[in-house]
Amino acid sequence: MSDILADGKTAGAAAPSDGLAVLEQKRSTAETFGIPLAVLAELTHRCPLQCPYCSNPVELDRAGAELTTEEWKKVLSELAEIGVLQIHFSGGEPTARKDLVELVQHATDVGLYSNLITSAVLLTKEKLSALADAGLCHVQISFQGNEPVVADRVAGLKNSHEKKLEVAKWTRELDMPLTVNAVMHRQNLHQLSDIIQMAVDLDADRLEVANVQYYGWALKNRAALMPTLEQIEETSRIVEEAATRLKGILAIDYVVPDYYALRPKKCMGGWGRQFFNISPAGKVLPCHAAESITGLEFESVRSNHSIAWIWQNSEAFNRYRGTGWMPEPCKSCEFREIDFGGCRCQAFALTGDAGNTDPACTLSPMHEQIFKQAEREAAAHQDRFLYRNFAGGTLETEGEHGA
Amino acid sequence: MALSRNISVSEASRPKLPRHAKLKFDETRQVWVILAPERVLAPDEIAVEVLQLCDGVRSVGDMADQLAAKYAAPREAILTDVVAMLQDLADKGFLTEAREKTS
Repeated sequence: MSDILADGKTAGAAAPSDGLAVLEQKRSTAETFGIPLAVLAELTHRCPLQCPYCSNPVELDRAGAELTTEEWKKVLSELAEIGVLQIHFSGGEPTARKDLVELVQHATDVGLYSNLITSAVLLTKEKLSALADAGLCHVQISFQGNEPVVADRVAGLKNSHEKKLEVAKWTRELDMPLTVNAVMHRQNLHQLSDIIQMAVDLDADRLEVANVQYYGWALKNRAALMPTLEQIEETSRIVEEAATRLKGILAIDYVVPDYYALRPKKCMGGWGRQFFNISPAGKVLPCHAAESITGLEFESVRSNHSIAWIWQNSEAFNRYRGTGWMPEPCKSCEFREIDFGGCRCQAFALTGDAGNTDPACTLSPMHEQIFKQAEREAAAHQDRFLYRNFAGGTLETEGEHGA
Repeated sequence: MALSRNISVSEASRPKLPRHAKLKFDETRQVWVILAPERVLAPDEIAVEVLQLCDGVRSVGDMADQLAAKYAAPREAILTDVVAMLQDLADKGFLTEAREKTS
């Protein structure tokens, strides 16, 4: 039995069995890029939280630009028809959409397996119960720490931690599987052991220990978030120990911070290879950060093209597909089909050209410089956050962060 | 109520797929798949046949009887294989056990 889906967000982690490669072998070259098994639907960019590492673009889609209920339903039907099996309802905060139950019900009706990726703070027990009745298959809740002082400060919302704990309990009471998603950085890594225990106590099935990936909002907050090398070594030790100890009780997915890795992550499993997401306004994107790359035009579900056409034929998807676009040192690299050159968004953010080798790779001429900069930032203790919002961000006031 | 983790599959077990694991034929790719939280698994033909028998009513022993008769194969060998395969699925969290009704 092989696992043929790497979760879009954790695809950066080591993929021991890439079953997609097995499926691809049976196909002709023209069919290599089959329709992804799972699609991320970012229903809205609205969110009551203001996490400084938010993976949404810095230029957020306004509520008025969001796809309507009918448009999302049409998208879900089309996705199921072309062979997508799973839908991840995400955001922003997907529960900020008043039509979420209706959309989950529609996903169920057309045969899609639905995952909810939520901050949980807007949910009531009745709402969660309605989602379960509509066929919701899995709930993933983000946590910013293991206790309210750190967690509420990172989220930029009072009482959020307590609410999340409550919703996690309801999730299990409703017999839905629970994933705890913990985004880790310099200012909460000391809580990792306690977060792991919290996930066990909440009866979660899975824990994602996801180190911050530095583009968009997180890049703006890099100095406040970048862990030290010592922290990362400790983190890896803790995760390894816990994964062994909790085998069969809690599955742990670990996303390493690529700044401290030797090889870049196989971002999105390779550009346009096994993943796409749909933005609140309906853009079909190779990655949730792709709109940060200026100069790439992304097609919309509101265009005259079908989603399958956009996936197969649009310029944005084909630009960095496979290995043909690669310059040196990727072009002749023995790892080019292992990591597909790393992350295009990171290459763009750090080098100004999305076609360059991801500087996370030690073979990138920029790696040394960027790694040293990260180390300096981690040591400087500039801890103030720039909170994520529609106004381009708000700097944390002095004193708020003084622990 | 939380389902127990780490079920141990034996001849007497009456396993079934939990609510969050769905066995489905993927028309686009013409393969059977198990859909689970953020995972898609591709069971082989034999696994599919066994999983279709996992209804929470049949015991693993019943399944071995049925398969031994169908394939005219030694029951003990089949039982060993079925238990190993189901235990692997259970360890991954894709199999649970029907609970005894409290009398």
